[in-house]
Amino acid sequence: MTMPDGWEMVVGLEVHTELKTNTKMFCGCANTFGADPNTNVCPICLGLPGSLPVLNVRAVELAMAIGTALHSTISPSTFHRKNYFYPDMPKDFQISQYDLPINAGGYLDLPDGSRVSIERAHLEEDTGKSTHLGGSGRIHGADRSLVDYNRSGVPLVEIVSGPDIRSSAQARTYAAELRGILIATGASDGRMEEGSMRIDANVSVRRSGEALGTRCEIKNLNSLRSLTRAIDFEAARQVELIEGGGTVRQETRHWDENLGSTSTMRVKEEADDYRYFREPDLVDLAPDQAWQDRVRDALKPMPAERRAALKGRLANPNPALLDALEVVIDLGLDSYVIAALDAGVEPDLAFARAANEIASDLDGVGNLSAESYVATLRMEQGGDLSATQAKSVLAEILANGGEPASVAQSKGFERLASGALGEVVARLIDENPDEWARYRAGDEKLAQFFIGQVMKLTKGQANGKDVIAELQTRR
Amino acid sequence: MRNVRDTARDVQNGDASALSVLEESLAQIRRRNEELNVFLHVDEDGARAAANAIDGRIARGENVGALAGVPVALKDNLCQTNIPTTCSSKILEGWRPPYNATVVDRLLAAGAIPVGKTNLDEFAMGSSTENSAFGPTRNPLDTSRVPGGSSGGSAAAVAADMTPLALGSDTGGSIRQPAALCGLIGVKPSYGLVSRYGLIAFASSLDQIGPLTKTVTDAAMALEVIAGHDPLDSTSLPEPSPSLVAHVEDGVAGKRIGVVRELIDGADADVVASVERAVEALKEAGATIIELSVPEFRLGLSAYYLIAPAEASSNLARFDGVRYGLRVDGDDVTSMMEATRTAGFGEEVKRRIMLGTYALSAGYYDAYYGQALKVRTLTIDAFRRAYHQADLLLGATTPSVAFEFGSKTADPMAMYLSDVFTIPSNLSGEPAISVPFGTGEAGLPIGVQLLGPGRSEGQLFAGARVLEIADGRP
Amino acid sequence: MPGLKREDVAHVAKLARLTMSESELDKFTVQLGQVLDHASDMNALDLDGVVATAHPFGLINVVRDDEVRPGLDHDAVMAMAPDAQDGRFAVPRILGEAP
Ligand SMILES: [Zn+2]
Repeated sequence: MTMPDGWEMVVGLEVHTELKTNTKMFCGCANTFGADPNTNVCPICLGLPGSLPVLNVRAVELAMAIGTALHSTISPSTFHRKNYFYPDMPKDFQISQYDLPINAGGYLDLPDGSRVSIERAHLEEDTGKSTHLGGSGRIHGADRSLVDYNRSGVPLVEIVSGPDIRSSAQARTYAAELRGILIATGASDGRMEEGSMRIDANVSVRRSGEALGTRCEIKNLNSLRSLTRAIDFEAARQVELIEGGGTVRQETRHWDENLGSTSTMRVKEEADDYRYFREPDLVDLAPDQAWQDRVRDALKPMPAERRAALKGRLANPNPALLDALEVVIDLGLDSYVIAALDAGVEPDLAFARAANEIASDLDGVGNLSAESYVATLRMEQGGDLSATQAKSVLAEILANGGEPASVAQSKGFERLASGALGEVVARLIDENPDEWARYRAGDEKLAQFFIGQVMKLTKGQANGKDVIAELQTRR
Repeated sequence: MRNVRDTARDVQNGDASALSVLEESLAQIRRRNEELNVFLHVDEDGARAAANAIDGRIARGENVGALAGVPVALKDNLCQTNIPTTCSSKILEGWRPPYNATVVDRLLAAGAIPVGKTNLDEFAMGSSTENSAFGPTRNPLDTSRVPGGSSGGSAAAVAADMTPLALGSDTGGSIRQPAALCGLIGVKPSYGLVSRYGLIAFASSLDQIGPLTKTVTDAAMALEVIAGHDPLDSTSLPEPSPSLVAHVEDGVAGKRIGVVRELIDGADADVVASVERAVEALKEAGATIIELSVPEFRLGLSAYYLIAPAEASSNLARFDGVRYGLRVDGDDVTSMMEATRTAGFGEEVKRRIMLGTYALSAGYYDAYYGQALKVRTLTIDAFRRAYHQADLLLGATTPSVAFEFGSKTADPMAMYLSDVFTIPSNLSGEPAISVPFGTGEAGLPIGVQLLGPGRSEGQLFAGARVLEIADGRP
Repeated sequence: MPGLKREDVAHVAKLARLTMSESELDKFTVQLGQVLDHASDMNALDLDGVVATAHPFGLINVVRDDEVRPGLDHDAVMAMAPDAQDGRFAVPRILGEAP
C-alpha cells in the first residue's frame, strides 16, 4: 500500500522471540512446544511459595549472541519485577529487564539498503497460556478460562526497534531479516506459526515533516502477512480518522486476520502501574569481555554476509533463483548449495533442490550430508537419475538416511537404456500424430508434452534430456 | 529435654534411641501445645518413621550425621514435602508443598527429625505472633505474655522443652527478638549463608533462616548443617558451610567490641543494665571495649518499613486463588482474586501490602522506595566504618522484656518501633546473634545482641559463648 | 512529602487486589500515614550521589547450566488447584487482555 499524498507512517516493531534452550529461563523444566498441559512445570515456573529463580546460562548467551549480531552494546544488566495480576502469570509479576537491558542500542541493515536502529534487546520470561471456554473462544464473551503453565518461564528476548520503519514492506523486510538473524544465532527456530516469534507493531501517522503522531500498538502479529496487512490497515485507519477531524487515542489494538482489521483491545489505563523494582531473588548480570568474546567467536555468519557470499557465486541470477536463494539463506541451507556449486552443479539445480526438497523436510537435515546432496545432484545432472528420481532419493535420505547410490538402487532407479526409451518415444509419436506434427513444425512447447507422456509411461524413470534427444533424432 | 549436642551424641553412641528422644518430645508437645499454641501441625507418623530410620541406620553401624535423632521444630513458612504449610494464613490453609526447602533437606541429611510446623505472625509480619490466623502463641515463661515474633512458635517450642532446636526466619529481627523474649540463643546469619529456597518469602533481600536453641554450641551445630552454598538460591554465598562449632570456645581476648549507643538508647532500664553487665563480662574475658555512635541505625527503621513491605507486596501477589490455597468465588477472575485476597489475608499483612504497593507506585517510588534503598547504602557504609574500629558490635536485642498480649496491637507504629535494634543487620545483610543475659521485669529473660561483619559467625559464637558462661551456663 | 490521602489508599487497594470497607480505608489512611510520616526523616537527608543498594552482597553472574531436571508430577500439580478442567487450572472469565 502507498500512503495518501502528504502522509507518512512511522512504525517501530517489538519482536518477542522464544529462545531455543533446553530448559526454561529460571528452572530446569523442558522448554518444548506442544506437550500435554501442565506437564512441564515445577515449583519455580508455577510460582509456588518459597521457590526461587536461577538464571539459565544458555539464555544469557543466546541474548548476547542476538545483541552481537545486532551491533548492540552488551552491558551490565539487572532484572526487575513487572507487577500486575493476571492468571497466566504464576507469580503475578513478570521477571524482565527494565532500565538496564543486556543489549543496548544497535542496528539492523536491511537487504534494501535501509538501516533500522535497535533500541534494546532484553531478556524476560514468557507467561502461561489461557484457553477461553464459551462464547467465540476469544477472551471476550468467554464463561471461563483454563490455564496451562507449560510456557510459563520460557526465555524470551524482546527486540525493540527504533521508530524508523516507513512502510509495511520495510517492516516485513525487517522482520524477515531479523528472523534470519535469530535463526543464524541459534536463538530461535523462527517458527511464527508456533508463536516462537511474535511481533507487536507500534504504528502512528503524520503529515510529512510534522512531529510524531499518537501511536497504537497492534499485538501478536503471528505471520509476516499479518504484519504487512495490519500495518497498512492501521495506518489507513489513522489517516482516515485524522482527516475526518478525529484524533488517534493511544491504545492497544487487536489484529483480526479474518476480518482484515484492527480493533481496540485495551485502552491505556491509569491503573497501569507496574511498580517495577529490582528482582531481589536474582543478582546482576555483567558478562566480562572474555565471555562476550567467546559468544562473538562462536557466532556463525549472519544472513547479510551469507547472502552476499552466495550472490557472488551467481553470474546473472534470474528472479526464481533469487527467490530460492532467500529460502536457502532463511533456512540456513547454504552449506549444501555451496558444496554443490563447488562440485560444478548448475546453480539452478543447486539452489532448487535445497529450496524445495530439503526445505520441505527440515527435520531430516541431520540425515543428509552435503556430500550426499552433491552426489545426488550430480547423478541427476549426468542423467543417471531423472528429476523425479533425484527428488525421491533426496526425500528418502532426509526421511531415513542412506547413501544416494544405494538408495537409488534399492528404489530400482536405473537409467532407462536408450533402446527402451526409443521404443517408448516411437510409440508415443504414433499415438499422437497431431502433437508430433506441431512439434516438428517448431512448436517447442510440445517437447514438454512428450516428456510428460514418457514420464507417465516409465513411471518417472526417464531423463528429460534423454527424451528430447530421442525426439530430436526423429524430428 | 536434653540439648542438641547431648541428644545427637547419645543417639550416635546408641545411649538413647532416636525414637525414645522423639517420644519424649511428642509427649511434651501433647502436654503443653493446647495451652501455648506452638505447633500448627505435628507430624507424629512422619517423625516416628524418620526416627526409626535413624535407629535402623545406627544399628547397621552407619554414620547418621551431626544432628542424629534431634527433634526439630520448623517455622510454618518453611516448605516440607506434603506437610501442611500455612504461614499462619488462611490463604494457604490446606496447601501441602510438593517439595522440601533446602534447609529441610539438609536437616534430614544430618539425621534431624522434623516434628512439626510452628506458629508465626502471618507471613512473618509481626513481633508478637499475635498476627496469626490460628491464634497467638503464648510465652512458655509467662503465658500472659507474647513469645515475640514472628518466629514466636519456634521460640516457644524450644523454651517449652518441646524440641531442643527450632528454625525460624529473620527479616527484621524475627529470630533474635523471640529468642530474647524466650531466653534463647537466636542467630540471624549473614545474608546468603543459608539458602532461602523453600522459605516462603516475606522480603527477599532481607530474609534469612537461622536456628533457635538453648545453647551457643547447639546453635553453631545447627547452623553448620543448614549453611553453605545452594545452587537453587541465586543469592546463596558461593562457599561451603563454614566451620563454626570449632570456634565456639575461641573467646574474645584481644577483640575490640564496640558498644553502640543507638542499639541501647530507648531500652528499658533493666535491659540497659543487662547490656552494661555484658560489657563488663566481655571486658573481663579480655576484650577491649569501645563506645560507638552510629546515627544511621535510627534511619534503618524508616528504610526497613518501606523496603520490606515493598518486596512483600510483590512476593504476596501470587496468592490469588488461581493455582493453590484458598479461593473465594467471584463473577470474573479479577473479583475472584480480590475476594480471595481480601478474605485470606489478615489485617497486618494487608497493611504491609498496602504500604509496599504505595511505596512502589508511580509518583512515589523515588520518594519512598528509592530513598529507602539509598538509606540502606548509608546503613551498610556506617557498619563498615564501625568495623574499622571494632571487631564486633554489642547492643540490646529488644527495648523490653516480653510484653503482655494486646499491649501493642492497637498501634502498629509502636509495634514496628520495637524492631529498632534488630533491623540494621537485616539491611546490611550481616550476621547477629541474641544471647540471654540476665533477667528483668517479672524475672523475664533479657537478650543482648552481638553483631559482626559478613561471614563472622564464628566470632559471634565465640563472643556469645563468653556471655553464656558469664551468665551462669557453663 | 504530600500527606497520604484517602483516595491514594483506595487506589493502592485496587492495585493490590484488596477490597477495603469505608472504615478500613479510614483506618489505613491514618496508619499508613503514620509510617510514611516516620519515614520523612529520610527526606531530610541529602542523598544525591548515594547509590541505591538492592542487595547486601554484590554477587554477579549467578547462572545454572541448561540441563533439564525433573519437574512435578502432573497429578500432584493439579491436586493443588482450587478448580481444574482438562488438566488445566480453571478460572472465572477474564475481563481484559494482558497488558
Ligand atoms: Zn519449571
